[in-house]
Amino acid sequence: MLHTLSIDELRQRLDSRQISSVEITRHFLARIERLNPALNALITLTAEEALAAAAAADSRRAAGEKGPLLGIPLIHKDIFCTDGVRTSCGSRMLDNFIAPYDATIVARLKEAGTVMLAKANMDEFAMGSSNETSYYGPVKNPWDTTKVPGGSSGGSAAATAARLAPFATGTDTGGSIRQPAALTGVTGIKPTYGRVSRYGMVAFASSLDQAGVFARSAADAAIVLQAMAGFDPRDSTSVDAPVPDYSATLNAPLGGLKIGLLREFFDGLEARNSALIHDALKTYRRLGAETVEVSLPHLPLSVPTYYVVAPAECSSNLSRFDGVRFGYRCDSPKDLFDLYTRSRGEGFGAEVKRRIMTGTYVLSAGYFDAYYLKAQKVRRLITDDFRAAFARVDLLIGPTTPTPAFAIGAKINDPVTMYLNDIYTIGANLAGLPGVSLPCGFVDELPMGLQLIGPHFSEAKLLNAAHQLQQATDWHRRSPRGYE
Amino acid sequence: MTDWEVVIGLEIHAQLATKSKIFSGSATAYGAPPNTQANLVDLAYPGVLPVLNGEAVRMAVKFGLSIGATVARRSVFARKNYFYPDLPKGYQISQYELPVVKQGKLAVMLDDGTVKTVGVTRAHLEEDAGKSLHEGLAHASGIDLNRAGTPLLEIVSEPDMRSAKEAVAYMKKIHTLVRYLEICDGNMQEGSFRCDANVSVRPRGRAQFGTRAEIKNLNSFRFVEKAINHEVARQIELLESGGTVVQETRLYDSDKDETRAMRSKEEANDYRYFPDPDLLPVEIDASFVDAVRATLPELPDEKAARFARDFGLSAYDAGVLSASRELGAYFEAVADQLNAPHAKLAANWVMGELSSALNRDNLEVQESRVPAVQLSGLLKRIIDQTISGKIAKEVFEAMWSEGKSADAIIEARGLKQITDAGAIESVIDAVIAANPKQLADFRSGKDKLFGFFVGQVMKATEGKANPAQLNELLKRKLGGGA
Repeated sequence: MLHTLSIDELRQRLDSRQISSVEITRHFLARIERLNPALNALITLTAEEALAAAAAADSRRAAGEKGPLLGIPLIHKDIFCTDGVRTSCGSRMLDNFIAPYDATIVARLKEAGTVMLAKANMDEFAMGSSNETSYYGPVKNPWDTTKVPGGSSGGSAAATAARLAPFATGTDTGGSIRQPAALTGVTGIKPTYGRVSRYGMVAFASSLDQAGVFARSAADAAIVLQAMAGFDPRDSTSVDAPVPDYSATLNAPLGGLKIGLLREFFDGLEARNSALIHDALKTYRRLGAETVEVSLPHLPLSVPTYYVVAPAECSSNLSRFDGVRFGYRCDSPKDLFDLYTRSRGEGFGAEVKRRIMTGTYVLSAGYFDAYYLKAQKVRRLITDDFRAAFARVDLLIGPTTPTPAFAIGAKINDPVTMYLNDIYTIGANLAGLPGVSLPCGFVDELPMGLQLIGPHFSEAKLLNAAHQLQQATDWHRRSPRGYE
Repeated sequence: MTDWEVVIGLEIHAQLATKSKIFSGSATAYGAPPNTQANLVDLAYPGVLPVLNGEAVRMAVKFGLSIGATVARRSVFARKNYFYPDLPKGYQISQYELPVVKQGKLAVMLDDGTVKTVGVTRAHLEEDAGKSLHEGLAHASGIDLNRAGTPLLEIVSEPDMRSAKEAVAYMKKIHTLVRYLEICDGNMQEGSFRCDANVSVRPRGRAQFGTRAEIKNLNSFRFVEKAINHEVARQIELLESGGTVVQETRLYDSDKDETRAMRSKEEANDYRYFPDPDLLPVEIDASFVDAVRATLPELPDEKAARFARDFGLSAYDAGVLSASRELGAYFEAVADQLNAPHAKLAANWVMGELSSALNRDNLEVQESRVPAVQLSGLLKRIIDQTISGKIAKEVFEAMWSEGKSADAIIEARGLKQITDAGAIESVIDAVIAANPKQLADFRSGKDKLFGFFVGQVMKATEGKANPAQLNELLKRKLGGGA
């Protein structure tokens, strides 16, 4: 079955002419047609464009071109601008927005020969942890359709878990790749801030946003990240540093690797969840790694810090959605003020408005020092904690989420409880560090994820450690029922 | 009556002469059809990001060095948040807490010849907004984003000026400087160089400043002077009638010659400044500063000092001739063709005939119809007495309209001065013979008639008689009566 194959297995069959990209593409399009209606993982289907891109990839291969992603289908989170295709960002505000250009990562993956099948559902403007804030309705978790898939990249995660594509792109501002990856039983990597270009990715919180990958294994993620990573002169915050060959070091032995247990992440963690992480640690020790406990005293301040910094930036980033040049505009505005207030009032959903208001408040004269400035100071302390930890260990390990997927509707009316879902993922964003979440077992028949966090630009080491665990275990091979 | 002291500070906005915008690759040329110089970054499309134009930073540093300011090793772009249709992102990117240039000063020569030093608090980089267009649109406003993202250097002075005239002198000096540095075209009609004036008054001798009003968007030297004078009068009248000045933003209406309140401090926006996370801090090291320093041209004060020293000009003349690089270069090209004692003649001609001809035809000196080499050719003919100064003016006009050299015009029109004493004497003899009555009157003491005889001889020679020779010969012939 084509949808069970890894990216490299697909590539081998393409290279040996056992199958064409058009055939692979048709296979996944058929799965999408059959399986997506129950999941609502996708906002826009691009079947026609996909078949044309697949045919083009087949011609390129026929002309002698090779490439690890040439002819491989993917799904893009609907936060990435795709030339000529609606880019809604999960919002009514951009329901009518056809992007006139490709985001840098879209262009790079296109250049690599990938075939876009669809644009994935997401929390509105990436603000949410359950994919319930989308204008296009909630995404269902393939493991249990009464449960959320996590967010904000819930559509990308659900689509990858349901094998609607070999992989999907996502973005992670406070955990939006790692948390849904954990809740849907797939592998998700958030690279170092600056490793992947943000150009063409609709901004939520500019100092935290980073694009990454959902895949069914670390080995697949390595191939995709390779194509996405690298300096982009159009993004001043992207880093001009060489990109290592991520696939080349996947099988490096782990002997001597020092893994630090994040003590703060285990305080109060449910026993069954904790046990799964400790199982993984046993495996790591068997593979030659050493495990030590480390403490990051300021890490518990991550959530309040994040919920000052991210809304502050979003309140400014989302000012451009004013009903003037693109996107939603209210009917017959009577003056400029009416145009602004009704276009934004009608175009944005409740969670987006909540964050814009929070952000506006923390940046206001009189509150700036107490909130924004204070949060920046704490952010520095958290970053320093990580730096100190990485002086002692190579990687940090902990749970990705406190609980498995929760019921749709359970937390949507309680923002603070919802925000606490990101308690383990936010730290890496505040410090700009790379993190990977990979499946590590089940609680109540729902997948759980463990998280590895590394120093800046340690993606190769993270993928290596993730791949080694996946070589020794088979959690990542489990498929939700009905999607095998 | 209270003796009021006026306190003025200026915020000058100089549009930097970069080819592309400060954060995008769009062109910055003025006057293109609306929205033809606005790309996705200028239109603030979802997902786009700003990238700083290094040339704008280089120009800001150049300015900083020219006023002896501190160039910040690290400066930061912030976002100034407010909603307006001509501000596509909903925020303006501007340096706020950490500007690129800090603490400079400028010597300004006032009309009475005294020199005043004005402090420059800071100069920072920012982007300009677009324009709202209302003409020709019914029930709608148009937006032209061609100007959105054009780099500006905002130059903020200390409140050091004490009269509208001082403020104008300072603004002119900055205007001269930015054009010398070739970082701004200085075109005020097109808005490339404009200012806001902060004006307050206080009883002379009081240390504390009065409450100030800010007059926005003044785009000519004349308006700056009129607006400030009007505002000063308004504030004094208000205070003397028992009122108080409120801190507010005012707009100058040049048609009515008055200022009007735009918004008060209470209504002012809370701009919610914070560092722009899309841009890295600007780091400037010593080698960059040194490299920029090496590109600095001779500055106006240096040029004026050199003109005074090398050409023996007065401070005033040297100041006028160094007011622009082009005028200075023209003068120097003329003066260099003449022997040193004649530099003053060159200065007089450049500031006199040449400047008025340029003004009349609305030309810049580099567009002059009489190039420097031709003007020096004309002055040589005055110096060697081929023509008189009076005839030279006529030759200059002909050169201006016909584009020919002085010698060609003198030759073609036969304007060569008559310096042959015999020829002048025979004309004098004829004039005396034809006017016996006047001769008798003159000899009986009517000295004023000397001028009559000069006039008659000049008329007969069509003005070509050498004036000095004519005077001398005439005196002798008339018998020393004059």
